[in-house]
Amino acid sequence: MTKLINTILKSTLFGIFFVSLVACQPQEQSTQKSIDQDGSEAILATESQKEVNLYSARKEALIKPLLKQFSEDTGIKVNVISSKADALLKRIQSEGNNSPADVLLTTDAGRLYRAKSAGILTAIDSEVINTNVPSQYLDEDNMWVGLSIRVRPIMVTDKGASLGIDSYEDLAKPELGKSICIRSSGNIYNQSLVAGMLNTVDETAVESWAQGVVANMARSPQGGDRDQVRAAAAGQCSVIVANTYYLASMLADQSNETDYQAASKLKVIWPNQTDRGAHVNISGAGILKTAPNKENGLKLIEFLSSKKAQELYANVNFEYPVMENIELNPILSAWGEFKADQTNLSVLGENNARAVMVMDRAGWK
Amino acid sequence: MQTRVLSGWSTTSLLIMLLVMFPLGALFVIGYGNNSDIWSHLANTVLSDYLTNSAILMLGVGTMTILLGVISAIIVTQFNFIGKSFFEWALLLPLAVPTYITAYSYTGLLDVAGPIQTHIRAYLDLQVGDYWFPSIRSLGGAVFVMSFVLYPYIYLLARASLLAQSSSYRDVAISLGYSPIKSFCKTNLAIARPAIIAGLTLVLMETLADYGAVNYFGVSTFTTGIFRTWYGLDSVSGAAQLSLLLLSFVIVLVVIEKASRKRSAYQDKQSAHRSQAVKLNSTESTLALVIISVPLMLGFVVPVTQLLVWAFQSHQELLTKEFWNLVINTVSLAVLTAFVALALALLISYSNRIRNTSLTRLSKNTVSLGYAVPGTVIAVGTLIPLAALDNTIDSFTREYLGVSTGLIFSGTLVALVIAYLVRFLAVALGPIDTGLLSINKNLDQSALLMGHKPTTVLRTIHTPMLKGSLVTAALIVFVDVMKELPATLVLRPFNFNTLAVRTFELASDERLADASLPAISIVLAGLIPVIFLTKASLKPKRSIVVR
Repeated sequence: MTKLINTILKSTLFGIFFVSLVACQPQEQSTQKSIDQDGSEAILATESQKEVNLYSARKEALIKPLLKQFSEDTGIKVNVISSKADALLKRIQSEGNNSPADVLLTTDAGRLYRAKSAGILTAIDSEVINTNVPSQYLDEDNMWVGLSIRVRPIMVTDKGASLGIDSYEDLAKPELGKSICIRSSGNIYNQSLVAGMLNTVDETAVESWAQGVVANMARSPQGGDRDQVRAAAAGQCSVIVANTYYLASMLADQSNETDYQAASKLKVIWPNQTDRGAHVNISGAGILKTAPNKENGLKLIEFLSSKKAQELYANVNFEYPVMENIELNPILSAWGEFKADQTNLSVLGENNARAVMVMDRAGWK
Repeated sequence: MQTRVLSGWSTTSLLIMLLVMFPLGALFVIGYGNNSDIWSHLANTVLSDYLTNSAILMLGVGTMTILLGVISAIIVTQFNFIGKSFFEWALLLPLAVPTYITAYSYTGLLDVAGPIQTHIRAYLDLQVGDYWFPSIRSLGGAVFVMSFVLYPYIYLLARASLLAQSSSYRDVAISLGYSPIKSFCKTNLAIARPAIIAGLTLVLMETLADYGAVNYFGVSTFTTGIFRTWYGLDSVSGAAQLSLLLLSFVIVLVVIEKASRKRSAYQDKQSAHRSQAVKLNSTESTLALVIISVPLMLGFVVPVTQLLVWAFQSHQELLTKEFWNLVINTVSLAVLTAFVALALALLISYSNRIRNTSLTRLSKNTVSLGYAVPGTVIAVGTLIPLAALDNTIDSFTREYLGVSTGLIFSGTLVALVIAYLVRFLAVALGPIDTGLLSINKNLDQSALLMGHKPTTVLRTIHTPMLKGSLVTAALIVFVDVMKELPATLVLRPFNFNTLAVRTFELASDERLADASLPAISIVLAGLIPVIFLTKASLKPKRSIVVR
């Protein structure tokens, strides 16, 4: 019997151990919310007035300069958890009404669409944002705001330039031979590209296009976007599809000699300039319905849409700003202006599963 | 009296099982739903690829890790040669490097744009396509990388088992006229088989659960399929159903492991008869050194050298305050989890030893399952029941006490440690279980008959004898937590980062040079326990000889 008691005692000790873990959180945030709307116990959260909780699908290093600037300007502390978008979405849903999350930041429109469909976002009503961000980068119900534009054009080496490619459709032309390097269809940027095509082109046509692309691949899809640049420069292929900011950041860092040389060998082709335009996606943000610090969340998004932040997007991350008339980094402006696909970005989310299925059927690994 | 005491053990066993069951059981909740369209799509297109690739991967990695692990264990336990004491611990080093980092390193080195192929082209004046070069980013590449990262699991357990063996069986076999080699295979290797299989099971589970390396290599496996279904097809329930299918494969794996152990012999720890290692002459020594250098070179030296080269290219400052925070976070989480995992694994294993009921056996087998499930899936599985618990407590206290408790467990380190335990209890259980198996049960009987309580027996007899196994278990968990990425990404609290998270963020942004610094820190922090591990298991053991 004493053994049993002993075991129970020990289990209790374990329990206390675990609870003490909670107590020594590195950043104890005040998630306690006011209990009643009428304010009977409403003053638990004074400290939280100076902070905002960010669930970010963007890498922390990429948004850090922006967040630092925001905290300096407003005195509001930003708490961050960076992770994969779908996992964050699931986390917010599980946490329910007690979720500490104020703002969800994602790297693609598809995930914003998913968050909206899951019913976890609240409408954003801000004069500042409406002035800063053109309407095509805003959700029609104001559930999310586009903050930076990520373009996915075609890039070619000198050899690829002679192939006469000027649209995504051309990538499926049999005369290209085994000349294309592109990453896996598991990648969200490729999924969005195909999802965008599904909006204007019929599904069977997209599928045979995808088959054509697969037939033209110089190697089975692998690696990231920078790897496609490197492979093209090494001569494995002459045509690649990659997001511009990868190429730009390789060009910007001349101390990495090999990467700089590789990137210098590629030229950007803006595809479909005579019809729908180059495929674009956005990174963007929404405010959560259950956000404990909604006002600060709004302030953060307003800041991210401001001129100061938009310039950082353009110069630190080499993305295209959503705000018009921002001076571009010279690397970006050297590629010239382009016509962007004006498709409603929610479509990318709506069509995503279909796009994956099309690529699965086409044998796009 | 006796039965009541034992029921305490069963309860403990049950509680620990429940800890693992909740996250895995949550998969049934998430997986609830009709996904016939997704299943028919998968069956018509990619499912056969997923299954074939995973099967080939497991077969390839299984075969290679057994070869690498067992051969090196035999060499360092059966022979004496110069440099042996270095290799004994150095052979464990590959364990300190996260699999996906080794994958990145080898890609950087062997890829078409990497230095080796670039030099080949430059010196021989060739173009890409003019010559044949194995593609690292392929199924074969994945087998290669994983084998050289994971063989230490088998090496570690096989070595421990071979070291603990007495030479008497082999002496008997030799006296019966068998050749020394055949005698060794028939006795020592046969006795080490449960340990080797335990190691192999860990290797195969880890292979199944890997996402980072295969995803980077563009190899579609069952696990990449789970995430493709979740992220790409936007079907959480479909992904959960696939995970459950994966779990059922693993159950088969675990059942096979148990079945193979049933026929295994007991062994006594009789260090009085510990076999003497054979001293090798210089030619033989050189050969031995060459053979055991291969796993060390390819599993550690080559990838880490590549990391170091990158580290010199990086402009990142290393020893910032933030960096030390990362180190402290990572190490304290790893130490904490290692101790808790050790305690739980010991309790589970020991409960089964003294009680051996269907409940204790079930618990022991169930807690192993988590190791084969991808970390992200475990994380979501942990999050859902914990958040539900938090919200229940919160609404209860709101209603009756008028206070909001918010989220007590989810979103805190508790959730993270629980997820680690679910995932890594198997690695703690492996060494402890094989360790306990090698202690003669007569010992327990005698001690219990003399009126000692089971906890006293555990504390005073088994724990000292198990010291090597315990240290092994704790340190593997420690290293595994240091490297753990996916669950940490999903479950960690605000502003809390680990070395693995930082490495991943930079690496997945294709900033390998910058990622190499935190990656090297993981390796360095992993080195210390690896050295400690071997030192501890080299110490002469206190022997208790039972006739």
